[in-house]
Amino acid sequence: MKLILNGNETEFSDDLTVAGLLKNLEIEPVRVAVEVNLNILKKCDFKKHVLKDGDAVEIVNFVGGG
Amino acid sequence: MEFSEEQLKRYSRHIILPEVGGKGQKKISGSKVLIVGAGGLGCPVGYYLAAAGVGTIALVDNDHVELSNLQRQIAHSVKTLGVNKAESAKQTFEALNPDVNVIAVKERISSKNILDLIRDYDIVVDGTDNFPTRYLINDACVMLKKPLVSGAILRFEGQVTTILPGEGPCYRCLFEEPPPAGLVPSCQEAGVLGVLPGVIGALQATEVLKLIIGKGSPLKGNLLIYDALGVNFRKVRIPKNKDCPACGSDPKIKELTDLPEEYCSI
Repeated sequence: MKLILNGNETEFSDDLTVAGLLKNLEIEPVRVAVEVNLNILKKCDFKKHVLKDGDAVEIVNFVGGG
Repeated sequence: MEFSEEQLKRYSRHIILPEVGGKGQKKISGSKVLIVGAGGLGCPVGYYLAAAGVGTIALVDNDHVELSNLQRQIAHSVKTLGVNKAESAKQTFEALNPDVNVIAVKERISSKNILDLIRDYDIVVDGTDNFPTRYLINDACVMLKKPLVSGAILRFEGQVTTILPGEGPCYRCLFEEPPPAGLVPSCQEAGVLGVLPGVIGALQATEVLKLIIGKGSPLKGNLLIYDALGVNFRKVRIPKNKDCPACGSDPKIKELTDLPEEYCSI
C-alpha cells in the first residue's frame, strides 16, 4: 500500500499498524507524535491502529532544545 | 507618540512597507514582548525584535554565559562570560537600539512566578531548553489567553508554531504529555548546528511582528518543521483536540505545576 508519509508518497507492506510503521522506520514511539489523516493518535493506540492505503501519516519528533 | 527624525530614519525600511507604515511601526513601538530563555533562540528573537523597535522586551533567564554557548547564542560574547544571560543580552540589545526598554528577569520561570511575569505582556516567546518549562509556558498562556510563539531546536531540526489560545490548538493538542525524562536528548547531549536557532529564531520574530501589526496569516494550527540537512520546510496541520488537558472543552489542568527536575536534563 501507499502511504503519504511526511508529505511523500512511500510504499509499505499491507496490514501495517502505526507501531509497525515506527518499528520499520527505526523510530522510538516515545520520541514522536503521530498524526493519521489529521487526527493525532494517542500513544496507546499505536499498536491497534492499522494503516490503510492512501493514509496521510505525519511523524513529528519531540524537539525541546532552545 | 510621534517619531523623532532619527526614529523615522531608523525604521524607514519598515515604514515604507504598505503593510507596516507609520501606523504599524507605532504598534511595534508600543508593544511588549516577553521572551523565555536568552539562549540559542532567545538571542536572535530578541535581537531582531530590538532592531525592529519593539517597545518593551523582557528576557527571562537565570543561567550564565559559558564559552560553549557562543557557537550559537549571538547576543553574548567573550566579554560577558559568566554574566547572567538576560543581562548580557540586554546590554547587546540596548547597544543596538536605545529606543527599546529591555528588562532582564534573572529568575528561573516556575509555576509560582509565570502568571505574574507574563500577565502584562502582549506576546510570549518560548525559547526554553527543557520540556517542563515548555509545558508550563503553554499552560500559562492558555490560562491567560496570551499569544505564544513557540520554537524548538535539536541537531539539524527546528520547529515553530504560533499558539493563539481560544482560536487554535495548543502545544498539548499535539504533544499531550512530555516524553519520559531522559529519552529525548538535549542540545548539550546531542548537539545543535549553531546557525539553526538563527533560522528558527528569525521565524519566531517574524511571527511576533506579524501578530503585532496584524498582517498576514499567523502560523496557528500548523507546526513548521525545518530540516537543515535536507533543506526541507514541512508544515504539519495540527487539529485542535477537544479533549486537550489544557485547552479542551473540559480541561483537566486547572492549576499550574512544575514537573520534576529530572525532566530538566534537556
